[in-house]
Amino acid sequence: MNTRIAFLATPLLFGALLTSCSKKDDAGTGSAKMPAGSDNGYKDVKPTEAGPVSLSASGSTFQKAFQEVAMDSFMKAHPDVKLTYGGGGSGKGRQDLSDMVVDFAGSDSAFKDADKAKIKGGDVLYFPVLLGPISVSYNVSGADKLNLSPGVLAKIMQGDIKKWNDPAIVADNKDAKLPSEDITVVHRADGSGTTDNFTKYLDAASGGAWKLKSGSTVDWPTAGKVQAGQGNGGVAQIVKSTSGAIGYVDLSDAKAANLKYASIKNKAGQFIEPTAASASAAGDSIDVKDDLTFSALDSKGDAAYPITYQSWVIVYAKQANPAKGAALKQYLTYLLGDGQKELAALDFAPLPKSLQDKATAQLAKIQ
Amino acid sequence: MATQPDLRGKGQPADKTFGGLAIGAAALVLLILALIAITMTSRALPVLRHMGLGFFTSSTWSEHDNNFGALPFIWGTVYTAFIAIVLAVPVSLGVALFITQVAPPKLKRPLVYLIDLLAVVPSVVFGLWGVLMLAPHLNRSFLTAGIILAIMIVPIITSLAREVIETTAQADKEAAYALGATRWEMIGAAVLPHSKAGIVGAVMLGLGRAMGETIAAALVIGSSAQIALSPFKSGDSMPAVIANQWGEASELQKSALIALALTLFVMTIIVNLIASRIVQRSLKKTRGA
Repeated sequence: MNTRIAFLATPLLFGALLTSCSKKDDAGTGSAKMPAGSDNGYKDVKPTEAGPVSLSASGSTFQKAFQEVAMDSFMKAHPDVKLTYGGGGSGKGRQDLSDMVVDFAGSDSAFKDADKAKIKGGDVLYFPVLLGPISVSYNVSGADKLNLSPGVLAKIMQGDIKKWNDPAIVADNKDAKLPSEDITVVHRADGSGTTDNFTKYLDAASGGAWKLKSGSTVDWPTAGKVQAGQGNGGVAQIVKSTSGAIGYVDLSDAKAANLKYASIKNKAGQFIEPTAASASAAGDSIDVKDDLTFSALDSKGDAAYPITYQSWVIVYAKQANPAKGAALKQYLTYLLGDGQKELAALDFAPLPKSLQDKATAQLAKIQ
Repeated sequence: MATQPDLRGKGQPADKTFGGLAIGAAALVLLILALIAITMTSRALPVLRHMGLGFFTSSTWSEHDNNFGALPFIWGTVYTAFIAIVLAVPVSLGVALFITQVAPPKLKRPLVYLIDLLAVVPSVVFGLWGVLMLAPHLNRSFLTAGIILAIMIVPIITSLAREVIETTAQADKEAAYALGATRWEMIGAAVLPHSKAGIVGAVMLGLGRAMGETIAAALVIGSSAQIALSPFKSGDSMPAVIANQWGEASELQKSALIALALTLFVMTIIVNLIASRIVQRSLKKTRGA
């Protein structure tokens, strides 16, 4: 009889354990997964000399590679600070920050007006941390270089231009021997900030040729040859393995997959190749609002690569925990200072000096 | 009273505890289901108000215009599940009949293990296999998704069908043999008529599974919102579009995705209810015989 009772009680006990664990978790998320008890530690010790501080973040996959490298070097210099960055997408980052689940968010776009009311922790600050080009990668024989103007690119991506040797493409590529091959358009299967910025660019720059509007997902045409891949890597993989394919991919993923990418005609009429330098140039000639939000798309500079976008770190202006606030400030100072030097190796572009100064000045607003 | 002990063992502390636990567990399941239904309905309301019936009849899905029509995804879900069933049922029945009627006893156990092993492979593995092995030849399409889903539902259909078939009365089978039937004829005359309802139930359960499969479908279906008859075209299914678009969805789009989930929830519940009824009825019949 006793063994039977024990047998029946086991699942009960287990269940009780589980619930007590999850309760602890709930309490922990507000203060972002710190080791137990460390919260009290800060109140006894001066904030700057506190024990380990941990900051967690989530959001933009675009800046994830940069965050990983930057966090690594920062933690080497500051062993008392523990940093983690989970991806999940800009939307998730903003949501997590609103719900106060993370200490900061990475995002490629600002909060939408409709979502602002749901931010639980008060005013937020935007810190631009990097610029990056979206490459238009292609896989077609006979063209090691490809020039595309935004109008032609829009028509290709929405399926109006179906063959590689279409006169509209040939007009900008007199030297190339383009085959009469069908074009396969490759787009993202998942909702994405890359799609949002790419379609925003086409919408703004194609002079009305682009009909699909903009968004993290758009209503892509289904006639003709169209394929979709998960993430930048998924699109790159399809472009690489499909003859005649064209798709939009972050420059770093395009390079990693050894893809060829097109030069795009910018506002000044120049065909510009996507590089860290041409993306930085795009950031040089843009209008920045007071809250440091801006768009680097379709920039007017002579040397600017026009499909350049940006990513922010979003934080709360009021930091409830002084130790965390101090660590966050230190980390942001690093991101905006020495951290910028890590960007070029990752095929991102550093912020232009003007923007870097504005962002550094804004650090004083974190309290 | 003392001469006639209560065989149900009421009044024993262990039995009371167990009774309470069992009732609690059963009630909890219903409660969770009800809560899921309530939360989803309330969060789906904004888009249903915005779109009206158009949510189920429109075939454009555009974040920018706040125009969310679920028809292409409902089509994709039903069509891929249909392809999966067409491919999986003959294979599953063949395997089930082989295991129960043809295979030597030595082979029976390993075969059952192998088939069950298919059921524990994570769906993302099937999805990636589809991306790397099938998609280069068949594109990401309804057919690719259908094939992957078929592989995934073979174990469930096989094991249920096997159990139903095994309940065929030995006397019926021997009667068929006694009349001079070959093994093939015996299966047609004794096994299949006996197990028909159970097999239909098993297929319906497989259908429910195929309709709800998310990540494998998301990887191979092609993610384009279109209604096409050709199995070589790419499309999208309800669970796949939820998985793909949730992360970056706008407010109304989230509501639309939840409404998709609700639609899928209702569809799979209906399919599963019908299936379990059929299975119950067939089991009752076979036990009663």
